[in-house]
Amino acid sequence: MHDKTMTELAAGLAARTFSSRELTRHYLERIARHNPSLNAFITVAAESALAAAAQADQALAAGTGGPLTGIPIAHKDIFCTAGLRTSCGSRMLDTFIAPYDATVVERLAAAGAVVLGKTNMDEFAMGSSNETSWYGPVKNPWDQTRVPGGSSGGSAAAVAARLCAAATGTDTGGSIRQPAALCGITGIKPTYGRCSRWGMIAFASSLDQAGPMARTASDAALLLQAMAGFDPRDSTSMDTPVPDYVAGLDADLTGLRIGLPKEYFGAGLDERIGAGIQAALREYERLGATVVEISLPNSALSVPVYYVVAPAECSSNLARFDGVRYGHRCEDPKDLEDLYKRSRAEGFGAEVQRRIMIGTYVLSAGYYDAYYLKAQKGRHLIADDFRRAFGQVDVIMGPTSPTTAFPIGAKMDDPVAMYLNDIYTIAANLAGLPGISIPVAPVDGMPVGLQIIGNYFDEGRLLNVAHRLQRETEWHLGVPQAFE
Amino acid sequence: MALDRSDVEKIAHLARLAVSPAACDRYALDLTNILDLVARMDAVDTTGVEPMAHPLHMTQRLRPDRPTEPDQRERFQAIAPQTEAGLYLVPKVIE
Repeated sequence: MHDKTMTELAAGLAARTFSSRELTRHYLERIARHNPSLNAFITVAAESALAAAAQADQALAAGTGGPLTGIPIAHKDIFCTAGLRTSCGSRMLDTFIAPYDATVVERLAAAGAVVLGKTNMDEFAMGSSNETSWYGPVKNPWDQTRVPGGSSGGSAAAVAARLCAAATGTDTGGSIRQPAALCGITGIKPTYGRCSRWGMIAFASSLDQAGPMARTASDAALLLQAMAGFDPRDSTSMDTPVPDYVAGLDADLTGLRIGLPKEYFGAGLDERIGAGIQAALREYERLGATVVEISLPNSALSVPVYYVVAPAECSSNLARFDGVRYGHRCEDPKDLEDLYKRSRAEGFGAEVQRRIMIGTYVLSAGYYDAYYLKAQKGRHLIADDFRRAFGQVDVIMGPTSPTTAFPIGAKMDDPVAMYLNDIYTIAANLAGLPGISIPVAPVDGMPVGLQIIGNYFDEGRLLNVAHRLQRETEWHLGVPQAFE
Repeated sequence: MALDRSDVEKIAHLARLAVSPAACDRYALDLTNILDLVARMDAVDTTGVEPMAHPLHMTQRLRPDRPTEPDQRERFQAIAPQTEAGLYLVPKVIE
């Protein structure tokens, strides 16, 4: 059953070929067998999953089910789930049980999806390899000596290894797209404001966005349909209608204008990855698209600007973890300052502390103009580059990541080298644009992602463009050997 | 911009993080490397460019000034490290 896409699973459930309880039990068995080595899940919720599956079976029998009813999925452990631990990959929240569900969790539950558990992630979503998790690194199902990418590495590995039909992720600087690329799955970061951030633990509030991680673009469309939409509880949620993503999947691509930013194909890109992107572009030309070279002249600004804006917002957001109201508290504090300082130093790992300190520094008196204000201006230039580009083209394509998955431990001692993994993904977050990563030809047996960036609220087109390639090619059908 | 141990001690205090002296040296190196990366943005002239705070230039939405949250004090305090009589407890702050 785990070899089926969500669309196929929904058909099987509707035809009563198998029940949601059987399907859920099957995935739970796979998790029990494979999670000890992969470490993709932090928490498995067998009991509540089976209860939700029983409910889904009743809805299916009554004929009131929808396309997600009874489908077993997983949530990144950054989404609050009432009654089920939400750790955010941190010792700080090791025992935290949220009193409410995130909007995204609530919406998927209302659509009938069954939650198998919570997936591993870089601590507070800060990382590109899933190695900063308090619960240990996740292994890449394609080669267990390598990282799955991050920060949504647990979700990516779980989907790639067929431990769930699909999963949720979040993307602040590439955290859905980069692990999707490194694990050979499809992941979409929607426009900023498309999915509610309510109940999604905040890292950098002007960049964070939730999205689906799935086997195919059509599965991602089904999930995004349920996740997207206005939420009055999130003050940055956009009140823009959600189109029918599934209905638009097969639209013809004749006349589609694809822009290739020359800055995304320069030094630093593994040329075998570049060749894989070119092969995909030839498929698009066959489908009637035209490819033109464009320029995003301020691309080199993205990583520097991001490492001011994201840490600044992180230092402010993570100030709430004070050892007083919830989360880790140190033993025997001698006074209030000691309580704050030791609770935070014990609760947060090194990468989170680095980012809090960078953020504190760039926001401190005397440095604000030189760093934060300068970065916000740079951010404007980056967004303007895209605005000009979308006057010429419909979508922008390029690599998702400059390399395939690297060995566990390879970049942990060099934060700057780690940050450069997100060189192609960060700009879309700074501009607030949607982006999707889909598999193209692998290199040495390791997955490679094609990134497609779209204009604001053009998720439907991204899913359509991705789906049409998946109809014509088999790159997205690869399964890591041990998990067939 | 090179940071030294005393810079890190000051930043760690502002951020309310207890950082050991040994870790301060390591962080000084890491933070210096990150600030060197950040300094690359100085190569671009941003004179006259408006700072961008929100990707879609949206302004804060307002809602009617009416309470929307029910009282959930007991649920919220159930996950607190230490409470008493509906209050959060911290070490004594007034002698």
